[in-house]
Amino acid sequence: MSCWQTVQDYAFRSIGLGENLLPRTDFTLCQQITLIGSGLIWNIYFGVLALAFGFFLAVAVALAKSSRRALLRKPAEWFVFVLRGSPLFIQFFLAYETLQLLPKAGINLLGITVETSWTTRAWAGALFVLFLNTSAYAAEIFHGALRSIPKGDLEAAEAYGLTGWQKFRRIQWPTMLRLAWPSYTNEAIFLFHATTLVFFSGFPAFRQMGDALYYANYFADKTFNPFVPYPIVAAYFIALTLLLTFAFSLVNKHLNRHLPSNQKSRIRLRPQIIR
Amino acid sequence: MFAACADPKAIEGLTWAACYLTSGKHLDFYWSFVTVLMLLAITAPAALAMGFAGATAARSRFLPLSLLGKAYAAIVRGVPDIVFFLFFVIALDQGIEWMKHQIVCPDWTEPVRQGLEFRVCPQAKVPLGSSSAIWHQAYGFGLAVFTFAIVFGAFAANVLYGAMSAVPRSQLETAEAYGMSQGQVFRRILVPQMWVYALPGLSNLWMILIKATPLLFLLGVKDIVYWARELGGSKTQAYEYPHPDWRLWYFLGLLVFYLLFTKVSEIVLARLSARLSHGQATAAGEAMRKVAA
Amino acid sequence: MKKLLLATALIAVSGAALAESHGQTVRLGTEGAYPPFNFINDAGEIAGFEREVGDELCARAELTCEWVTNEWDSIIPNLQSGNYDVIIAGMSITKERDEVIDFSQNYFPPAASAYVALTADADLKGTVSAQVSTIQAGYVAESGATLLEFATPDESVAAVRNGEAVAVFADKDFLAPIVAESNGELMFVGEPVQLGGGVGLGLRESDTELKDKLNAAIQSMKDDGSLNALIEKHFGPETAKF
Repeated sequence: MSCWQTVQDYAFRSIGLGENLLPRTDFTLCQQITLIGSGLIWNIYFGVLALAFGFFLAVAVALAKSSRRALLRKPAEWFVFVLRGSPLFIQFFLAYETLQLLPKAGINLLGITVETSWTTRAWAGALFVLFLNTSAYAAEIFHGALRSIPKGDLEAAEAYGLTGWQKFRRIQWPTMLRLAWPSYTNEAIFLFHATTLVFFSGFPAFRQMGDALYYANYFADKTFNPFVPYPIVAAYFIALTLLLTFAFSLVNKHLNRHLPSNQKSRIRLRPQIIR
Repeated sequence: MFAACADPKAIEGLTWAACYLTSGKHLDFYWSFVTVLMLLAITAPAALAMGFAGATAARSRFLPLSLLGKAYAAIVRGVPDIVFFLFFVIALDQGIEWMKHQIVCPDWTEPVRQGLEFRVCPQAKVPLGSSSAIWHQAYGFGLAVFTFAIVFGAFAANVLYGAMSAVPRSQLETAEAYGMSQGQVFRRILVPQMWVYALPGLSNLWMILIKATPLLFLLGVKDIVYWARELGGSKTQAYEYPHPDWRLWYFLGLLVFYLLFTKVSEIVLARLSARLSHGQATAAGEAMRKVAA
Repeated sequence: MKKLLLATALIAVSGAALAESHGQTVRLGTEGAYPPFNFINDAGEIAGFEREVGDELCARAELTCEWVTNEWDSIIPNLQSGNYDVIIAGMSITKERDEVIDFSQNYFPPAASAYVALTADADLKGTVSAQVSTIQAGYVAESGATLLEFATPDESVAAVRNGEAVAVFADKDFLAPIVAESNGELMFVGEPVQLGGGVGLGLRESDTELKDKLNAAIQSMKDDGSLNALIEKHFGPETAKF
């Protein structure tokens, strides 16, 4: 079987398209690269969606955490503390166990039956956990950025008569984003790395549709040789990390476009976040 | 442990719970908390040392060394730690034995690699096949520490590299003007001052390290998650204490442990940060000066 | 430096010689999570059918044995890199595995695998759970059913209880006590399927001498009926014997 044929059969295996049965004998390097690459679709799916939804929740939580009202501040503080203070590994497990407790027949809401079985599937359940997790980390980053907005900027805004929403929209929001962006880039990278945990420890793989690590694990098990598939995953992730850093640096450039070149904050990869 | 526990299937209620929670397996579970804390205590300085070496190398004027330092940090950080753990330990183990093999058995003629099999002379096994189980465990633990140190050393290298660049240039120039050599500037000016800049990054790293410990079981160390899973799983009558699936309770216990541990760490690190900021020319140091004045 | 190395080498050699005179130390690798084959008992020790078989085999082959546990996932790579010498972990003899490692003769007859479900009319072409990278998982994938894979055998059974999967497919001997103790909640469905060539000890292909010794020991246990007695003790009187 030619390599091109393999690519056609397995390039979208992770989302259930193409050949149904995974290769079982005569494993080739081509098969490993194709299938592991196919699994990467899931890593990107989890990473991109969790990041996109998480961004909005993170901003809301960061604002709540900066609020003077305890009713808003306390829940936000607890949210961030619990999700940042415990390993993702355990969060996946607890989420899976909790979601399983939902009645399988569906919940009857005002005569309409709401299906619940999809919640324990990785595409929904694991995405939800990753979404909450990244929200908590990003909220802490945004919270820190909000507190580092120069006092002078805020005083100047007030002197110009900007208050409430106007002040937030024109001064706090852009400055917060600009200050937080380098750390936020790191968070994004960590989140993508964390997506490898989904099938490894948290959620069961359905119809042998899994992420990059799942297929690498499959090959390591079938070929009894861990030294080929895992380095392939590693290489894919190094490429993904580079791509991500590039995309985020474009945004960073946009956020800093008004500043003289010597003041621009450059993205430095630093583990600002905790996972 | 207690005399009453001799026949677990005949007892009930509180006695059963007391016997259950003090069974040999549970003692192993409690002991694994010590293992995890010990691993953290050893890994943190080891990773810091790796990071320091990496950062120093990356700053070197000698190009290959500087590239090596930068490549180390970039590659290890680009890979999810879990992927790294899955194959690195076996590779490391084989590497060590291969090196010992070269030294101990120079006359060995058979190939070391036969297909997938890795075969060194019996004297080159680490630890030796005849040594007691405790040595095998210690060696496994050592490999885990080393692997953790390599991964987290890469992160630490990055933080320290950033911290070294953050020390005001004028401080170094002044030292040079006083006639200090490169080494003296590094030791007397740069290193003492960089810590305050490195601390936020390093404290985050410490938190990441705490939360990476559930991956220890991948490295063959029986950690708290391994035991929680093992103890919590449903037990048939083949066991002395049969029970249904209790993993949820065990994992909730672990959750509390991790939350407490991170909370305590946060408090300690905040104190350390205040101590280090004292008298420094940074915003935090400035704030402390104002409060005092 | 040279002197130092020489000294280490000498210690190493004398250590090995010492071991030789006491009989060879053989390290047995098992999973410790597959009752009644092997599991960690409440005292924290490896126990089960294989523990007893392994100890008896070592006694008969005059070997000093030590037990190690290892994750199922990496149990073969670790054998090959020499971290233990024998796999004794309920491992079925299959063609694929036989290509990379050697098997002793089986010490447990070809085992039936079976489906377990909550109802007798469960659709075995529906969602079926199995432990990841077992022969059962491969079988389910090929049977046309929707395969749901879990990291541990325990979780694959839990999935049936909570309705994630319609049925679980695993070794019948592993499932039997679970079904027996479920108070009628779980039941066997469909016909048992014969998979693999029985359970054997996994060895490195180059360890022919050790393999011969262990084969002889297994044969002697089969001949005097002590192996059958152990099978009956751990798996009940209805299990297939030699």
